[in-house]
Amino acid sequence: MSKFQFPESIKSRPVWGTLEPRAGKAHLMVADSEGAEALLDLAQADATLMARAHVIYIPRETGESYTVRLKELGAAQFYVGPSYEAAVPRLRRTLSDAHMGLQVYLTGTEGLMGQAMREAIEAGIPHSAIQTEHRGSIARRMQCVHCKGITDDVITDPFVCAHCGLNLFVRDHYSRRHAAYQGVCIDAEDPGNVPEPVRLYS
Amino acid sequence: MTIQFNEETFRDDYTFRNSDWAIKRFPFPFHEDSYMYSVNMEQHQGGPAGSVFEKRFDVDEHYVAEMKDRALVLAEDPLRCQSLPHMTLAGWDLLELIMVSKSEDYPDLFELHRDGNNWHWINRPMGIEQKFVFMDESTLPYGPMEYITRQAQGDFCVLDQRDDNLWMDAGMVTTQADWSLDFDIGMNFFEWHAPVPKAHEMGIFVRALKFLLNIQQGMPARRLNWTMTVNPLLDTSPENYHKWGVQKTTLTPENLGAKQHLRVELQTFFRLPRSNALVFPIRCYLISLEDLVTVPKWGRRLHRVIRDLPVELATYKGFIDNRPMILDYLAQHDDGLPTSDGIWPDLATEPPLSPS
Amino acid sequence: MSAGTNKIAVTVTDVVPVNELVKRFRFVRADGGQLPTFSGGAHTVVEMRDGDTQRLNPYSLMSDPMDQSAYTISVRRDDQGRGGSLFMHNKVRPGDAMTISYPVNLFSLDLRARKHLMIAGGIGITPFLAQIKQLTAMNGRFELHYACRTPALGSYVDELTAKHPNNVHVYYDDQGQVIDLEHLLDGQPLGTHIYVCGPKGMIGWVRGKAAELGWPREAVHYEEFLAPQPGKPFEVKLAVSNKVIQVGENQSLLEAIEAAGVDAPYLCRGGACGQCETDVIGYDGKFIHRDHWLEDDQKAGGRKIMPCVSRFEGKTLVLDR
Repeated sequence: MSKFQFPESIKSRPVWGTLEPRAGKAHLMVADSEGAEALLDLAQADATLMARAHVIYIPRETGESYTVRLKELGAAQFYVGPSYEAAVPRLRRTLSDAHMGLQVYLTGTEGLMGQAMREAIEAGIPHSAIQTEHRGSIARRMQCVHCKGITDDVITDPFVCAHCGLNLFVRDHYSRRHAAYQGVCIDAEDPGNVPEPVRLYS
Repeated sequence: MTIQFNEETFRDDYTFRNSDWAIKRFPFPFHEDSYMYSVNMEQHQGGPAGSVFEKRFDVDEHYVAEMKDRALVLAEDPLRCQSLPHMTLAGWDLLELIMVSKSEDYPDLFELHRDGNNWHWINRPMGIEQKFVFMDESTLPYGPMEYITRQAQGDFCVLDQRDDNLWMDAGMVTTQADWSLDFDIGMNFFEWHAPVPKAHEMGIFVRALKFLLNIQQGMPARRLNWTMTVNPLLDTSPENYHKWGVQKTTLTPENLGAKQHLRVELQTFFRLPRSNALVFPIRCYLISLEDLVTVPKWGRRLHRVIRDLPVELATYKGFIDNRPMILDYLAQHDDGLPTSDGIWPDLATEPPLSPS
Repeated sequence: MSAGTNKIAVTVTDVVPVNELVKRFRFVRADGGQLPTFSGGAHTVVEMRDGDTQRLNPYSLMSDPMDQSAYTISVRRDDQGRGGSLFMHNKVRPGDAMTISYPVNLFSLDLRARKHLMIAGGIGITPFLAQIKQLTAMNGRFELHYACRTPALGSYVDELTAKHPNNVHVYYDDQGQVIDLEHLLDGQPLGTHIYVCGPKGMIGWVRGKAAELGWPREAVHYEEFLAPQPGKPFEVKLAVSNKVIQVGENQSLLEAIEAAGVDAPYLCRGGACGQCETDVIGYDGKFIHRDHWLEDDQKAGGRKIMPCVSRFEGKTLVLDR
């Protein structure tokens, strides 16, 4: 099962929703990994959506598991990319030409949804008008508040910053502009005293 | 009076000192012997002569040294000052508000001469003289918000107002109580306050936001907030927490009175006219506990407040580990006598500490 | 705190008929000083002393927000109203001393917008006049679609079309011209914000069509100040101040509370901003809710009233003031 019920948290932590068909002449769908399942559900809820849809899909570790079924949905434009970074120029190009009324659907990991949401906000869509649905990994994209480096797919708390090497604890404080949670040095007041890393939500 | 500006530092050798004048006018934040969150807003329309509330932007003996410290922080980390593109107009609003206020309130220190959009600004304490064209960014060495807040004490958050919320879309933040502008920029009022414990459940932020959204031109407001800091360190940023956090462990019963500081924020709120944004200056005042207890009422009261503070708040304010040692120190300055209402020192009427 | 209590004493310098329904008023500061700058879309509350009656009506500022020498407003005469606009039209003369509030903006531009799409109906043009001046100074991108009844009643059409021939589109009802809204809203670039000011029907039409076409709620801004309507006189008990007051036929409940010397908060005085929301302690009768602040269930619940525009008919009403 690709769904995970996140516990209630502080008000800056994003609350992911459930994708539902909305009125609009154009529909942009961005998904990674098990996010494909949410797109399949969405297409089932309203099959007419896909004729006006542009789907950007990054399978990551799911490989070929979903690509055929997604392609069969018959989206007006269907793109499968090797990584989110590789898909960014295409996403920006699509948004730069888009018009008001465009509906955006993001689904998959928090890192994917956060980064694609940042692009859509930059293009002029209010964040609250962008639909999301979490599927798959619960790993987080973390910003180190000290060196500003981003560490992707963090799955333990604490973790080691991939850039400066500090031991950081995982906060729920989240920035849409960074598309990341905040990581803060865990042993600042007692250098060297770093607790054993624990898997998130375990 | 003419202010004597201190030569002092807020880092390394920490030569920061408060004069007797600065101690007597310290904005002590507790009006009674206990503390809980409240929307403790009042009009910011002056205050008793000589108090920190008297002027729109208080200038004191630490002005020049604080501005030097800010320049050091910015040289090390330019991300402490950021303004999203749509906030430039609000930056000009803020520049005008500060220049006009300071030149009217401290004519011996600051002058502003305006001929249409050709402005001439003189800042005597910092030795700055600048001719520029108002609303033309190319005539200033920095953007308008950065230019003026390099010359004004305290942090500045410039909040855009839209969708019945306030958005942290610009700021100059170098003397913060452990929050990151770079991380929080672009957040709304509830989001940037998200890490504050308890207050959300108490409905504090809903009420505070409602109040702030309705602040109008000509009707500024203010409140006090507080925390504790070891050493007179202005830049208690999360960015540098891995460097300064360890200083919290250097307290001993012997050095605590000199090292442990009460940190008070005078927060003010002004509607900015051209942009309809809201500026939220957060002015930081520091006082060592040994200076603070020279006012007997404050010594008694601070002991009772710190003693009775809920654990969540002491944790959030970052002094839970040091609280027992702080209380040992403060207990020596609390003889159990009652205290007068309000924040003022009341030196003439409150009794000195009884000998134990 | 009673917001909007910061007042400015002004002198009327010009009263200019714009057409048979609209007059323009120009105010300068009575002490000769400069007026505060403001942001496009702001209004001022004008105090009118008409014999024993005092009225406070909000009017959008239409002058250049950067011009601190004078403010101008335009007032449309409402022959069926409570008399505020008639007072302005018939009694106010150049040289008169008046009191206005500091500017308050409940209809400000979203300065992040890539493009500002303005839709005006009739006298709803006034906030846009100031916004267009502000955007022109900032090189902002805008487009105005302005519907008027007839060319003769098209306030400021000539000025707008002369200055902004490519950005201003005018539609005259009597010539059967109608804004092609569906076409207009279709194909606007991402980051466009809509602003609509005009009659209630027009605002509902634009909001409805925008929602239908998938526009985000946050990108559609509107301002509809309701003028308080006259009604049957009624009696109110103010519990906190322990007073019983009478609300006259041509007086709003808020004005009656103020006339009794009770401080009540307000900003828009037009049922929009929520600032004057007042708790009802008890009542026997029926409310005439006219605001668009309270939700329908709140209006039915009988525990809240917006005294700037809403009234009451019945035996007793007790308010928490």
